[in-house]
Amino acid sequence: MTDTNDTRPHMPLGLAQRGYTGVIQHLSAREAGSALSDIELESRLIELGFVEGARVEVLHEGLVGRDPIAVRVDSITIAVRRREAMAVIVA
Amino acid sequence: MELPLLHLALVGTPNSGKTSLFNALTGSRQKVANYPGVTVERKEGFFVTPLGRQVSVVDLPGTYSLRGRSPDEEITRDFVLGKASGETVPDLVLCVADSTNLRLTIRLLLELKRTGRPMVLVLNMFDIAARRGITVDVERLAKELGLPVVTSIAVRRGGTANLLKLTDEISAKLAAEAEASSWRALSVSELRATQREADRIIADCVSLPARPDTWTARIDAVVLHPVGGLVVLTLILFVMFQAVFAWAQPAMDLLKSGFDALGELVQATLPDGLLQSFLQNGVISGVGSVIVFLPQIILIFLFILLLEDFGYMARAAFLMDRIMGGAGLHGRAFIPLLSSFACAIPGIMATRVIDNKRDRLTTILIAPLMTCSARIPVYTLIISAFIPAKDVWGFINLQGLVMFGLYAAGIASALVVSFLIKFFMLRDFAPAPFMLELPDYKMPRLKSIAIGIYTRAKMFLVRAGTTIFSMMVLIWFLASFPQPPAGATEPAIEFSLAAMIGKALEPLLAPVGFNWQIAVALIPGMAAREVAVAALGTVYAIEGGKEAAEQIGQVLATKWSLATALSMLAWYIFAPQCASTLAVIRRETGSWAWMAVTFTYMLVLAYAASLLTYNVAVALGAG
Repeated sequence: MTDTNDTRPHMPLGLAQRGYTGVIQHLSAREAGSALSDIELESRLIELGFVEGARVEVLHEGLVGRDPIAVRVDSITIAVRRREAMAVIVA
Repeated sequence: MELPLLHLALVGTPNSGKTSLFNALTGSRQKVANYPGVTVERKEGFFVTPLGRQVSVVDLPGTYSLRGRSPDEEITRDFVLGKASGETVPDLVLCVADSTNLRLTIRLLLELKRTGRPMVLVLNMFDIAARRGITVDVERLAKELGLPVVTSIAVRRGGTANLLKLTDEISAKLAAEAEASSWRALSVSELRATQREADRIIADCVSLPARPDTWTARIDAVVLHPVGGLVVLTLILFVMFQAVFAWAQPAMDLLKSGFDALGELVQATLPDGLLQSFLQNGVISGVGSVIVFLPQIILIFLFILLLEDFGYMARAAFLMDRIMGGAGLHGRAFIPLLSSFACAIPGIMATRVIDNKRDRLTTILIAPLMTCSARIPVYTLIISAFIPAKDVWGFINLQGLVMFGLYAAGIASALVVSFLIKFFMLRDFAPAPFMLELPDYKMPRLKSIAIGIYTRAKMFLVRAGTTIFSMMVLIWFLASFPQPPAGATEPAIEFSLAAMIGKALEPLLAPVGFNWQIAVALIPGMAAREVAVAALGTVYAIEGGKEAAEQIGQVLATKWSLATALSMLAWYIFAPQCASTLAVIRRETGSWAWMAVTFTYMLVLAYAASLLTYNVAVALGAG
């Protein structure tokens, strides 16, 4: 367990590299530029377990543009495009 | 006193093992249909509890919430709330959870509780959780949630005993008056609060192991590797097609000789005449020539179901998302398109996993371009008759190469069409998000797979027994009447209605090299593409006698030029004439216009491709 999370800079999960581990700080759907409305995107992210305090790890990346990414969110693995992952702010 | 039928509903997130629980409870006592007005598959099954209570159980589509943003979720919501038209309100809702992965289900459950329906939490796959060192304090969980919790191992014999016992207990004291529903769509902050509450309950009642499933991690290290993963995917597809074309052959040969023997028996026992001709040419060789493809259909569904149950399909979507995105397709379209290789109908129905309307529409429009199993008979027949079985470059079989080329042509045209749709028609829309759970790998369960294959094989045989049978009777009738006048020297079919229709259409099809016999065969192909083979068989059999029916490939080789054969292959890459596919498109898009668009564009492509192929072939001296 690292306790450096408080001091690490906040960044969107959409920019994280393979192997990155962190904790979700907050959701910010406006940053994502997704085709979904802000509320819809936020709801769906929460429904897939992206809530504040959840531990995330970027497990895999796709071939083209290293997109989409497979993210471990606590106990489950979710595939998501980087565009939508921009809404998840981690540190 | 006979107690009324008890109505259960299965609710759960995708990948919670709902369907294997459903199969374990009901076995093959299942009815598959559609909900009225929508195309979501409605699966109902029946079983009897240990105390003899008759139970009906409905397997609702997997969902993460009751918000109803897709047809699947709307059905689940309306069903549980008792708002679904023509449906009985469930007496008891079984909320199914994957015991190794409770987070999302517990949140869904907290939302479901607000509907006021009597409910039970079923901790499914409890054995896998135990093996992984996950312990659940079942009593405490039940207390925290305020409802009964029962463990189950759907894939093991007797693994649902606890659930059956509980069903009896609950049904005995089921309150007549259900609580009123206080459910309404959750706001973002409520959703967040619910997930927090779920996480708190899980923290109190469940002890998780430090590490995730190591097998899944190990397999994914290879299977989701950016390059290695695509190699694996290609290999899987290769083995799949190899199996469908090579391994199915012995079984198909066996079926074929069975039907041949049956035909000969009829010929030997019945006197010459109309009845003999009807049974032998119309019924046995007609329907038989379609049923022969049962082994291939079983194999392709075996692969699709295995990959789905294993958990690979979501990975395939992950790998293909950006690659298909280049052609304007969504990663989730991969599964429907892959299913379309078996048949466009389940493929088009599977597009409901795509919740963006326009992504879904594009996928529906191109799904019929994937080479479905109904084209295999046509391809096989023409290839074996016209393409020499020699090796090229020393090791590749030419016939196999042509077959591969036809598949590749189908895929390539699908990508081009999709790109054109994106470019010209649906230009103004931003790409829909791709968000998908990658479930832990699971060993597929034989019984579940067997039930899945059984229902599909049954559908195919019922179709062969009804639609295809009646089309074959019609073709036989058209090809046999009116009878030739006494003393006529030409083959009997020259005088028939079929010849009249075919000859009327011939001028239209002559530019692509089709004769009137092909024109006749294309018409019943409307019912099902594979019927064209049987229809050709019937037409040439009545024209040329019994030997022709048995050796249709050789007959074609003498009657058609190579250019005509190639033109026919090119036509069948697109083959617009499949009435059931068109009917499904009409139903899925809810619009006659999109059905007409599909038919027209495929017809134009088929005609253009055949025209080109025929003329190039003739120019090269194959006329």
